[in-house]
Amino acid sequence: MDRILYGDNQFFAVNHISDAKSMAQSIKFKTDEAIINTIDAARASGLNTFMCTTHDRIANICDIIRANPGKYENFKIYPCMPYAHKYANAVTELGIQGTIKQYVPGNFFGTLFKGGMAFVSKDFLKIMELLIDAEMKMFKGINTPVIFLQNVITDLLLGLGMVEVLKGFYDYIKNKYDAEPGFITMNMPRLLTMLETAGITNPIICFSMNKLNFRMSGGKGLYEETLKIRKFRAIAMQVLGGGAIPPKEALEYVCKFPNIEAILFGASSKANIENTVATIHHFDSQKVSF
Amino acid sequence: MIKVGLIGAGKMGISHLTILGAHPDVEVVGVCETSKLVLSALEKYSSFSCYTDYQLMLEEEKPDAVFVATPTKFHFDLVKELLARNIHVFVEKPFCLSSEQGLELASLASKKNVVNQVGYHNKFIGTFKEVKKLVENGAIGEINHFLGEAYGPVVTKKKEGTWRSNPTEGGGCLMDYASHVIDLINDILSPVTACKGSILKSVYSKKVEDAVYAILELSNKTTGVLSVNWSDETYRKMSTSITINGNKGKIISDANELKVYFKENQCPTGYSKGWNVKYVTDLTEPVNFYLRGEEYSAQVDYFIKAVKGTVPNNVNNFQSAWLTDRAISIIRNQN
Ligand SMILES: NC(=O)c1ccc[n+]([C@@H]2O[C@H](COP(=O)([O-])OP(=O)(O)OC[C@H]3O[C@@H](n4cnc5c(N)ncnc54)[C@H](O)[C@@H]3O)[C@@H](O)[C@H]2O)c1
Repeated sequence: MDRILYGDNQFFAVNHISDAKSMAQSIKFKTDEAIINTIDAARASGLNTFMCTTHDRIANICDIIRANPGKYENFKIYPCMPYAHKYANAVTELGIQGTIKQYVPGNFFGTLFKGGMAFVSKDFLKIMELLIDAEMKMFKGINTPVIFLQNVITDLLLGLGMVEVLKGFYDYIKNKYDAEPGFITMNMPRLLTMLETAGITNPIICFSMNKLNFRMSGGKGLYEETLKIRKFRAIAMQVLGGGAIPPKEALEYVCKFPNIEAILFGASSKANIENTVATIHHFDSQKVSF
Repeated sequence: MIKVGLIGAGKMGISHLTILGAHPDVEVVGVCETSKLVLSALEKYSSFSCYTDYQLMLEEEKPDAVFVATPTKFHFDLVKELLARNIHVFVEKPFCLSSEQGLELASLASKKNVVNQVGYHNKFIGTFKEVKKLVENGAIGEINHFLGEAYGPVVTKKKEGTWRSNPTEGGGCLMDYASHVIDLINDILSPVTACKGSILKSVYSKKVEDAVYAILELSNKTTGVLSVNWSDETYRKMSTSITINGNKGKIISDANELKVYFKENQCPTGYSKGWNVKYVTDLTEPVNFYLRGEEYSAQVDYFIKAVKGTVPNNVNNFQSAWLTDRAISIIRNQN
């Protein structure tokens, strides 16, 4: 896994601290060209992994990548699924059943209903697998060595205690896509415990890690302790606390932890990308020399 | 441990169930849901006891408290029965379909002396909490105008939908979406008591309004504007905001960012003359389990604390939710 992963929130108007910034981003990244140019700027700074939601527009980016195999030879994508707002809006409009009907491909759902409810309940994991396949379609032919479950779903399954479904995701990604499954969460220590009960060892977990204690459920102290004593592959995200912490200070904090394998960040300008990359390298090199 | 049951495991119900499932002081004793699809998933993959008949659940599990997250038209009957059984109730918003029903339940709840709370989660958002504090302390002086807004992409094309497109079941932008903004105005400023003019507009829906524009007057005679539209696809998700003009300053706040302008040097600690910007990250208390916004976890936690008796039952209680129901009917009747 690369030390620095480039994220996609900035492209899709996801800004955790300002609606006005969100709108400015929507305007800036109106065209796919604007997105790919920024990705190219990130590549020029040495970033070769793009971690992104399975947003409809990513499909267009994938088309561009496939059309330029030479240029993107070593480029990797870490898909994060699902794009939750798509489903959340659909559930509001169509209800849960209607949403499954709309998004599960083919006539599978019709067949299920004919087969009766007992059949449906046996096959929830099958429905999940079909949804994963539908989300993965856009990445065909692209190198996707790690595939993530988005935090809303991870944390939903976590709170509901649905460990078998988390395990189902893990197994399916391994077997069908020959990729490493990853989990994004806002409840890292608790998730790690649940994954361990499912017999999953050394899982890839992407979680908030910042000086501010922002979105670190259970508290910063517990997170720091967990990093120190437990075994998992840690990816830190939201390191800037949504933008509330000055970058240098924020990056110094996360670079301090030897067990954080990778840092995920997003930025929409070339200057900010270059600056972040240089700052992480700076603190990393200091660590080595100590 | 507080024994909690859930009635209605749809979109909101599952969200509550997840948060309750992770709460250290809660034992989820039963889930009641009429949709076979959802129920069989819960039966198969979770360890919750599942029911299709809520009365059976109440009899067998004897919960201390129940969360009601069914479509709005069922709230009244369900809550009335829960109160009759002396069970603490958390019910989703909007409270009831009519102001009369809401009033009846509010007085019943206070007679029964059980904890009662409604799911207006915006009151648990750091920025809005700060706005309330600033206004209550008179930081921006005498209020001369407010603007409450919410926009989002719920109905963005012509289509027959769920109960949300049925006016008699609590559907429509006024009840479903605008209620959040009205509730904030009621809480931060004063309860809405009159409507001087309103437009309930259909954009795509056949039977319900997709937008609400209204001129409102509050019990303290402050006036302002409500502007809500759930057919605005330029928003990725619901975006709620409030602007308040006072003679000493002005507040503009959404769920993420609070901007306050002070005319003079005299202002609360942490603020100065001119514009001040604060982010929700600075104003948010961390939660024990995070699903989709601290406010959803915080409101559940508050309710559980109220049941345990460690906080007063004064945030989002039935009385305040009834005032919102009443405002909804005032706006509708003016139209
Ligand atoms: N706070 C918020 O922001 C917010 C957001 C969405 C919905 N809500 C409110 O939550 C409530 C539910 O909305 P939703 O979006 O979850 O709707 P939904 O249709 O997804 O869920 C309602 C669920 O209740 C079940 N149900 C109906 N009658 C039942 C009964 N008698 N016993 C048991 N289960 C029953 C249905 O099968 C369904 O699964 C509404 O009052 C709505 O206004 C609040």
